[in-house]
This record gives sequence, structure tokens and C-alpha cells, in this order.
Amino acid sequence: MADPILELRDVRTHFPVTQGFLFKRDLGTVKAVDGVTLTLARGEVLGLVGESGCGKSTLARTIVQLVPTTGGAVILEGKNLTTGSTTEVHDIRRDLQMVFQDPYASLNPRMTVYATLAEPLLVHGVCPVADVPARVAELMRIVGLAPRFMQKYPHEFSGGQRQRIAIARALALEPKIIIADEPVSALDVSIQAQILNLLAQLVRRMNLSLVFIAHDLSVVKHISDRVAVMYLGKIVELGRAADIIERPRHPYTRALVSAIPTPDPDVERTRQRIVLPGDPPSPMNPPVGCAFNPRCPHAKEICKSSVPRLSSFEADREVACVRVEEIANL
Amino acid sequence: MPLLSVTDLRTYFHTRSGIYRAVDGVSFSVERGETLGIVGESGSGKSVTCYSIIGLLPIPPARIESGTAFFDGTDLLHCTPAQARAIRGKRVAMIFQDPMTSLNPYMRISEQLIEPLLIHEKITRHNALARATAMLESVGINDAQKRIHLYPHEFSGGMRQRVMIAMALITKPELLIADEPTTALDVTVQAQILELIKKMQRELGMAVIFITHDLGVVSGLCDRVQVMYAGRVVEAADVRTLFHSPKHPYTRGLQRSIPSLQPKGAELYTIAGLPPDVSKPLPGCAFAARCEHATARCTATTPALIELASGHAQTCLRVQAGEI
Repeated sequence: MADPILELRDVRTHFPVTQGFLFKRDLGTVKAVDGVTLTLARGEVLGLVGESGCGKSTLARTIVQLVPTTGGAVILEGKNLTTGSTTEVHDIRRDLQMVFQDPYASLNPRMTVYATLAEPLLVHGVCPVADVPARVAELMRIVGLAPRFMQKYPHEFSGGQRQRIAIARALALEPKIIIADEPVSALDVSIQAQILNLLAQLVRRMNLSLVFIAHDLSVVKHISDRVAVMYLGKIVELGRAADIIERPRHPYTRALVSAIPTPDPDVERTRQRIVLPGDPPSPMNPPVGCAFNPRCPHAKEICKSSVPRLSSFEADREVACVRVEEIANL
Repeated sequence: MPLLSVTDLRTYFHTRSGIYRAVDGVSFSVERGETLGIVGESGSGKSVTCYSIIGLLPIPPARIESGTAFFDGTDLLHCTPAQARAIRGKRVAMIFQDPMTSLNPYMRISEQLIEPLLIHEKITRHNALARATAMLESVGINDAQKRIHLYPHEFSGGMRQRVMIAMALITKPELLIADEPTTALDVTVQAQILELIKKMQRELGMAVIFITHDLGVVSGLCDRVQVMYAGRVVEAADVRTLFHSPKHPYTRGLQRSIPSLQPKGAELYTIAGLPPDVSKPLPGCAFAARCEHATARCTATTPALIELASGHAQTCLRVQAGEI
């Protein structure tokens, strides 16, 4: 890929599961992220989709090093975050900011908007102390908030406005990459549209790269250039956004796309829906072979024994399914 | 005669910081076997409407100020407690958004499932248990014989929602009220639950009121839809009319802000401003402050829900006058 800004190489994040306090017993490991390789280009929007528990949030936290990696490398502009010293990581963090799902929980209720936005500026010493108020006002204007609300507390704002504050906080250090973990899932449709427009506009104007995590495929398709679909800690399909949604290839992506209800009664009542049986399996003891095989309508014996690798299929698309060629025309 | 007919329902919350007009003059009806969708953003009063009908409101602070809700000839808002008990939980049942908090964590599934049967029907424990097991099987829980004796925490989110549905349907209700039953679930599990609700509706011939904020879910499931805004119904129509030719500016704005209906990457339409504060009196149209078509008349007169064509009613004065 031309000019990658962020590279993930075989990233793995495992959590040990133990029981008891003094005499801990090992119950196993949850492989939340298990071998993810990805690149993100400058100015690109990468959508990351999957059901709850598939590891998409853990992957986001791994990228910004909020959780330590078990293996693999996270490389930002040639620097490996997983092996860097604390001070190095501290400096690199300026380039890598995060926006969280719940704007009610991710803002400190005892800090005014001013305090929230000034903190990163002061911690990283990016501008002279005297210039901080002007910079905070500018940040508020960028995200569409009036600077006269600077001294207000989060509870005085609506959900959509709080998400704007969270975005302003992420922009404070002029990052190169923003990781947004379900930034619109907690918002109503009309407010969701405002935040999506804001994010798209910021990406264009500031040449930001954005990793956009969501479970709503129609939102992801709208904003992303490329989409990665995750299932049980692994990427099962990766490609251009429109291709993935319009012609999904992996059986899981197909089911996921067909499960989205469309707001058009005629389409909705005539189309065939693939209803997957059962729930996603526990990441503590994932199925042997392809993790999707117990729910897959196309599973054969081979799927229970060999673990499929993400490999090229068609132009600009990678799929992790051993039967992808056979089922392509089904 | 419709199965349920609600007229001019007003439910206000009397709190220290003022009177919140959560539901402010809502009228609608549901025919036998029909599915009615109630759509609206958070705070639009869609849940409070249904809680008022089924009697689950905390009174005080809530108070039903006016209105009637006739279910098969009985006014649920003004009948005796005994009459209400005979209907609620037996002929009208409800399922909720969050299956984690609406099941009792201390009780086995079996106890929770047979409770409505023991209350409403003359049935032995043994027979009730047999019916509960059969019900669990028909909502798609395998190995029901054994799993009926488990506790709620031993089920996944989707499975708990199935248990909730089994519990609501065990008395074979004529009306099921579903309050965002799939909002907390993943899309693949949501698809399973929606299919299940459709299947059970066909089998039992019951009517369903489906509350949601997701227009996509409504389009596949409902026969008729009503859109609520700030405690009032602003538009009601059959599902095709509502999606293909919405009339009220709010419904149109809502539809234009959905990403999947717009070309990829296009600027999404946004409704300016925020929903109004329902603790202050709202003279005129509740949507006027955010409406791009609003005139002085809109804030002066409270609009009524008037039928444009058969079955398609909406409140916008300017649409009624043929101006937009």
C-alpha cells in the first residue's frame, strides 16, 4: 500500500482468565485479538465491524496501547509501539487519539469543557500556557460548539454535544490518526447524522486517518473507504467498503449484511435473509478449524480441521475462507 | 371494533423541576392480528404510551391526566384493579428491551415461566411445567427439558430474549407490546428474534405493538406505523405509504438522515437543533422550532392529526393546507 501510516503485524492480545484471589487457578485464555495484520493509509477511513465480543474494541485499545499486546507489532510511521519505552509511547500517543462510544461515561463529570480540552494541551506542552484559552475556543469551533459554553459541565450538554466535546478532546493534540470506537451507537438517528458528517468533514479537512468501529454496517459503509470484518478475534474479510457490503464473499459477512434491516418495506419483504443459527461461540474455547464453522451454512469437513488464512481473492479483497471460490456463485 | 383503542392519552410526570408532558394527547387503535410500529427518538414518549396502557408507570411521579384505552370493551385506565389484573399479563403481554434486567436473577427460568399460568389459569404445577417446556421449545431453545431448570445468567443475551418472549406468550395473549426488544442485541441475533416474533404472531394470531427507533426494523415487520415526536403522534400511515411518501417534515427529515438510504459518502441531511424540553408548554407544533418550513401560524395553533388520504394522517398544518 502507498504510504501506510499505521501497520499492524500479526497483533495478538490475550487475556488470562483466573479464579480465586490468593491461590489463583488458570482457567484458560481469552484470545480477544488473535493474529490481526492490517495497514492504514494516510487520510484513509477504515471501518471495523463485527458482533459484540469479536474483539474490535480490544483491537482499538491495543492500537493505542491501552492494553498490552501479547504478540506482534503495532508500527506507527516506522516506530514500534509495543517495544518502545514509556516516554516514547507517551510522545507517540499524541499522534494517536481515541473517541469512545458512550459520551456520558468518557467525559469527567467534574471537569468543565475548558478543563477537559486544556488538559491534553498542558500535559503535552504543545502551546504556551497563555495561548491555551484561544486554542480551546478554536477546538470548540472546529467541532461546532459555541466557545461561550466553555465553562459548562458535561451534564449540561446533550448526547450529541458531548460526543462533539469528546471529538474536540481527541483533536486537541493534532493527531494523525483517530480511533473511534462506536462513536454514534449511543445516539439517535438525527444526531448520528450530525456526528457522521462532522467526522467525514474533519478527515477531509485535516487529512486525518480514521479507524471507525461500529456494528451498524450501513453507517460503516457510508463513512469508510475500506472495511475489515472481524469474527472471534480474527479478520475474516477485508476490502473496499462498497464491495464488501454489495458483494460480500465470506459466509459470515454475507449473513451479517443480510441481517441488516433495510428501511424500505418492498425490499425488506421480498429479499432472502440468511438467519445464522446460534450465538457467537465463546472466545475462551473457540471452535477447532475455522472459528465460524459451527454456524456456517457452507461448512464442510475441511472447515473443521484447517484454519483458513486471510488471502487475496479478486482485486483489493482478502477473504479467510477455504471454500470461497466454490461458494462464490451461490 | 379494534382490539385496542386509545383516545387522547396524556401522561405527565410531576417532578420537582416541573411537569414533564411525556405523552400529550395520543390517539391510536390496533386491530386484531395487526402489527403497529411506534417510531421515535429517545424521549418522544413511545415507551411511556405503552407503559400507561399496561399500567407499569410509577405513580407518582407519573399521572395519567386524561384519556381512555379500551381493550375489547374494557377501559384499562379506569377499570377496577381486578378487571385490570385479568387482562394484563394474560390477554396483553409485554416484552422489554433489556433481557438481562427484566428476568429475576434469583429464580429459575421454570418458576418465572409458569408464574403467569398459575396466576391466570386453573392448572396444576405439573401441567404448567409441561406447557412451559413446550413453549421454550417453540421459541427455539433446544434441550428445553433440561435447560428450563437453569437460571437466567446461564443463558446468552439472545437466549434470554427468547425466554422473555416465551414468558410473554405462554398465556396466548391477544396483544403483545414489544418495547425495543432487539436494541440490545447483535444484528444476526436481532434477525433471529424478529423472525421468531413473526412466527409466533402467525401461530397465535395476536396483534403486536412494536416500539423501536430503527426504521429498518419497522419496514420489515409492521403493517402500520406511527411516528412520535415530543409526546405527540405526528404522522401515521401504512408502512408502504410512510416509507414511500412521508408527508410530515419530521418524518421526512428522519428518513433523509439514514445513511443506508443515501448515496455513499454524501453529506447526510441533519435536523437542526434538539428535541424540545417537554417540561415547558409547547404552543403550536412541537417540531416548529426545528422545522425549515415553519411559519408564524405553526407556533400559534396546535395542529391536529388529520387524515390526508384513507389511513394516512399527519399533523403538519402546511401539508394540510397543501403548501408543502
